[in-house]
Amino acid sequence: MSARAGWLFLLPMLSVLTLVAGWPLLRTIWFSLTDARLDTLDAYTLVGLANYRALVADPEWWRAVWNTLRFAAVSVTLEVVLGVIIALTLNARMRGRGVLRAAMLIPWAIPTVVSAQMWGWMLHDQYGVINEGLLRLGLIAEPIAWTAEPSLALWAVVAVDVWKTTPFVALLVLAALQLLPDELYEAAEVDGLGPVGAFFRITLPLIWPALMVAVIFRALDAMRVFDLMYVLTGNSRSAASMSVYARQQLVDFQDVGYGSAAAIFVVLVIALVTALLVTFGRVRLGGDAR
Amino acid sequence: MKRGAARLLRRLLFAVLVLAIVLYTVFPFYWAVVSSLKSGAALYTVEFLPASPSLDNYVAVFRGQPFGRNILNSVLVAGSVALVSLALAASAAFALGRVSFRGRATLLVVILGVSMFPQVAVLSGLFELIRALGLYNNLLGLSLSYLIFTLPFTVWVLTTFIRELPIELEEAAVIDGATPWIMLTRIFLPLMGPALATTGLLAFIAAWNEFLFALTFTLTDEMRTVPVAIALITGSSRFELPWGRIMAASIVVTVPLILLVLVFQRRIVSGLTAGAVKG
Repeated sequence: MSARAGWLFLLPMLSVLTLVAGWPLLRTIWFSLTDARLDTLDAYTLVGLANYRALVADPEWWRAVWNTLRFAAVSVTLEVVLGVIIALTLNARMRGRGVLRAAMLIPWAIPTVVSAQMWGWMLHDQYGVINEGLLRLGLIAEPIAWTAEPSLALWAVVAVDVWKTTPFVALLVLAALQLLPDELYEAAEVDGLGPVGAFFRITLPLIWPALMVAVIFRALDAMRVFDLMYVLTGNSRSAASMSVYARQQLVDFQDVGYGSAAAIFVVLVIALVTALLVTFGRVRLGGDAR
Repeated sequence: MKRGAARLLRRLLFAVLVLAIVLYTVFPFYWAVVSSLKSGAALYTVEFLPASPSLDNYVAVFRGQPFGRNILNSVLVAGSVALVSLALAASAAFALGRVSFRGRATLLVVILGVSMFPQVAVLSGLFELIRALGLYNNLLGLSLSYLIFTLPFTVWVLTTFIRELPIELEEAAVIDGATPWIMLTRIFLPLMGPALATTGLLAFIAAWNEFLFALTFTLTDEMRTVPVAIALITGSSRFELPWGRIMAASIVVTVPLILLVLVFQRRIVSGLTAGAVKG
């Protein structure tokens, strides 16, 4: 097939992607340099970088950035550690492995909004099953307002995210584990490496590329988090993420210029963190998938 | 004898670990089911099996708001998004997987980049576009905007799949004088059945679960999709949420999804891991 025919087959997909991704992104960048309002989108004046200057001077914005980064770092770390443990467990030869793997897919398939509501109910300050359990075990003296208490709300969100996405990490790691040849472990046994030694000397280095891909996917996802915070903690400032902040400015306060500036800033933060991860995680992002 | 005891202990610990994992993943869902079956004051007591299960909450969900309509909206949006993505992506993947032209690798990276983009970054631009097209508070507007996250990954997965098909396929076709269009529709598409089913299902689930665009681009209760409807269920007072109804609604939209996932679990796992492991 000629290159020209190739482009012809690409054309429909590329035009749609330009329409729904490229063009809106350019418009958002443009809006971020204006004082546009949501109700009068076509009447605006250019204000240069004023929105960005206001943004970096807003402590609420920096709190949102800090919340998002903390959320991403803690939840992705927990997800990777738990994911590896679960994957190693699932990789053992045992009966009922299929059932277990199916159970793992349940949190993954549940819509984020629904899992936020389920956990919101379990974490309810008066009637929640988690408070009840902790009270009965004598671990806490009185019920805790997990999602309303400013110092706890972010960690409640982390808990839900870990529950929902650990299975995804576990399945990716499991797929990598199943490609490892058994001979390696036989050799390790001969060399007298214990199970722990074998994990750190053999397993971990070999699954590292897959693990880093999972980390990057998860980190990118975690840094744009919106649904969980919106549903679980409302528009509360104490646990707001960058996306929640940007949408609030854009829609609730109708300030399209300022909100767009925040949205573009989100992209910059994410790009920076991804670059750091790729550099320090020694990943080769497969531009060519083979 | 001692060795036997140690082994027994190890197996016991392992069983406890497995049990803990299952409990951790399944309990929240189980608790939602139990809560949805409790009515009245029973909801506010902790019992692990409802003493007098009732379907009141399920009835109330469909009576209190246009929840049936919301489900229909979600099915229409997610279904159309999956179909359109598959059609566009199959054609694109054919070119990306089978033709070598300059800029192909760059194009793939750009497409991957789009899939990693935060949705909020296009929110104001999309809002303007959707309003200009007259699609605000319209399901078509949602379908259109969802392509931004379903297209990149369907293209990516299908491209990986097409590359793995043997080259002899099209050599034979070229000798027979088949045009690229015939090659795609007669030779490749039939072989891509399983891959199309998997990616289509993943696209459907992604669209079914989407929240940010649906919240922003729809206005009235009748146009809401399921996630927005569930997020915005409110009770008689602002401070007392109707948790029983929320749980019932959650179960209604989650059970079909879980069934789908369990039926297609092998394919989903391979679809999710395709590319990622090799990358």
